[in-house]
Amino acid sequence: MKNKNSRTDRRKFLTNSLKIGTVLAAGSGSVMAGKNSNHPNEEEKEKIKVLTTEGKVIEIDKPDDCKINPCEPPGPKEARQGIPGRKFVYVVDLSKCANARKCIEGCQKGHNLAPETEWLKVYLMKDNPEGSPYWFPRMCLHCDNPPCVKVCPVGATYKRQDNLVLIDNYRCIGCKFCIAACPYSVRVFNWEKPPETDVPKEKYSPETSVPTQIGTVSKCDFCADLARKGTLPYCVRSCPMGALYFGDANEDAVSNGTETLRFKQLIKDRSGYRYREELGTLPNTYYLPPVDRMFDYKDGLKNVPEEKRKIYDDIINSNDKTYIQ
Amino acid sequence: MNPENNTSNLIKEFVPSVEKPSTQWYAWVGVLTVFVLFGIFALIRQIQAGQIITGMRDNAVWGIYTANFVFFMGLSYAGALISCTLQLLRIQWGKPLLRIAELLTVSSLIVGAPFILFCLGRLDRIHYLFTLGRIQSPITWDVIAIVTDLVFCIAFLYFTHIRDFAKLRDYPNLNVAPWRKKMYRFLALDYKGTPLQKKYLHQAHDIMAAIIIPTAIIAYSLLSWLFGMSLRPGWHSTIFGPYFVITATYSGLALMIVIMWIYRKLRKLENYILNKHFNYLAFGLVIMTLFYGYFSFSEYITEWYNLTETNAKLLSKFFDFSQYAWLAFIHITLAIVIPVIVIGLPWFRSINSVTVVSALVVIGLWIKRYLIVVPTLETPFIPIQDVREDWVHYSPTWVELALTFAGIALMILIFVIASRIAPIIPVAEVEDKYDASKPILRFKTQGA
Repeated sequence: MKNKNSRTDRRKFLTNSLKIGTVLAAGSGSVMAGKNSNHPNEEEKEKIKVLTTEGKVIEIDKPDDCKINPCEPPGPKEARQGIPGRKFVYVVDLSKCANARKCIEGCQKGHNLAPETEWLKVYLMKDNPEGSPYWFPRMCLHCDNPPCVKVCPVGATYKRQDNLVLIDNYRCIGCKFCIAACPYSVRVFNWEKPPETDVPKEKYSPETSVPTQIGTVSKCDFCADLARKGTLPYCVRSCPMGALYFGDANEDAVSNGTETLRFKQLIKDRSGYRYREELGTLPNTYYLPPVDRMFDYKDGLKNVPEEKRKIYDDIINSNDKTYIQ
Repeated sequence: MNPENNTSNLIKEFVPSVEKPSTQWYAWVGVLTVFVLFGIFALIRQIQAGQIITGMRDNAVWGIYTANFVFFMGLSYAGALISCTLQLLRIQWGKPLLRIAELLTVSSLIVGAPFILFCLGRLDRIHYLFTLGRIQSPITWDVIAIVTDLVFCIAFLYFTHIRDFAKLRDYPNLNVAPWRKKMYRFLALDYKGTPLQKKYLHQAHDIMAAIIIPTAIIAYSLLSWLFGMSLRPGWHSTIFGPYFVITATYSGLALMIVIMWIYRKLRKLENYILNKHFNYLAFGLVIMTLFYGYFSFSEYITEWYNLTETNAKLLSKFFDFSQYAWLAFIHITLAIVIPVIVIGLPWFRSINSVTVVSALVVIGLWIKRYLIVVPTLETPFIPIQDVREDWVHYSPTWVELALTFAGIALMILIFVIASRIAPIIPVAEVEDKYDASKPILRFKTQGA
């Protein structure tokens, strides 16, 4: 039943895409990577010319842009409904990450975050004493069994049918229980007044998380507003290494902006795993192990200010025996 | 005068304690009020500036507010357990202690419950807890449990006051302000001591006591599940419910002894709070020490034995003197070692030493609550590599300390005022003897 629905939705979507003249290869279903965000028509005409799959040029009524790609993100109520037929997933290729920290910058700029607030963090990890350290970008894992959503006393954070876990800043009472419950330290609290924005309070949407409010919790939202438009999140777009992939499990496609890959095949071929699978949180972010690395982890240290590099000493020198003495 | 022999005119002896207070009493009220007002000022500052002025940060999102919450709620549940058990088991010697235990329950509940609210970033949306509440959340469980408990405990406290209010109302030439006479008349609910009134009131006591004991246990277990339901090391433990109930009873019993000692000294109640009370409660206290030690041991030994990665990280902090080793050491000394030595062994036992030990136990158990809340929050699964190093470790700021002291002051203030409104010894209860011919449970006689 569910499958049927998502199929009809996709068909509707395909027809819409055709109307605005985006040529899609039949059956590829690849709508990611910003392909359908470029509307070819800017004229004020009532009619537009489009190319059909048979190669004919026809003239149709100019469609309402905002119906196909919403011009404004939905308000708190509508944002509780997921985008039908979608199952968003995220893939991080650890072999490509060199701690360039561009994803963090992109995210902060896109979400209007204070310089010290990081929704996305890049950790230096080391799995065992013999292993080599590697950089580990951590966004929200958007779990299917989210510990944070379970504990929220007012339903301010919720799980949507399209896999996303979002927060309604205008419902959050700031109890911080979700921060304590999240095993991945994903959530941050707005301790201070967030930076000014030109977005009025009435235009707030949990999909954009702008403008945020003091005394509430916020976190990575997979850029739900951009996903609704069919474009990639800020972090994926800003990664110079192409280490981050975003996509839709239903379409079985993930993209880093330059290449689009089959999601299931990618996870199979590259032994993709989910961080701390044993916790049973069923994350929707997958990691590809840091094998055949393109960079030494030390290259990444250059992007951290000299005086702050000592926080990584524990990791680099750890031999896992320190606490058994 | 021994209350068990001559109790006919007991109220006469306690009337001076409710009549005009001394200047010393006013001084106490003044000092405590200053503390409370300063706490309110701190709270207003926190609401104005946001929680940035507290010591809480993204890792240690909770601090001493939560520790205080757990601590005071524990005292409250203990008070309820003690008074209701004494009531329900018809323990005659326990009667003079009933009111102290009930006041302990209500005062610590009134002080403790707001502490969890101070953790809220948006106090202006507090009504969402009721209008948008989700039953899946442990916070909602707590809201329901605490509100229920508060209603029950205040009702019980009031029920046990009714007969004393009636006595004060009927006392000739009671030298108090007219409004207080009116208040006594109103609160005594026209109680005249008729057999039927007596019977109903007694039944009400029994029913409330029987309800409050399970309510207190459930409520404190629910509170422990605020932590137990999280996946974190040090919290995610099946033992947490009973462990918290034991800890609570232990801390409440210890504070009972301290309060008994203070009132005995201040009000010269040597005829009512007897040596045997200290004797019995000290015996109870050392048993609770052993229970507590046993629970603590089983909690830590299971974490330590297999030493999973995150448990190892957490436990290593309790052995690292630059981290929490000092606090852990002080906690074990105060809450386990000293009580066993001083009360468990025969050489050091005395009323004063038992009282000092009890005070130390209360402090030790507060430290324990801090050690439950903060180190775990500072030990997430993903290592903390925050850019800001001053955000890594929690330490309370003046705002949090001011509110903590305000909480303690408010609790003392409630005692100071409540024991002016009615005698601190439940006069009517002490005058009454339990009817030995009426068993606690009525069995159906089976032939023989």
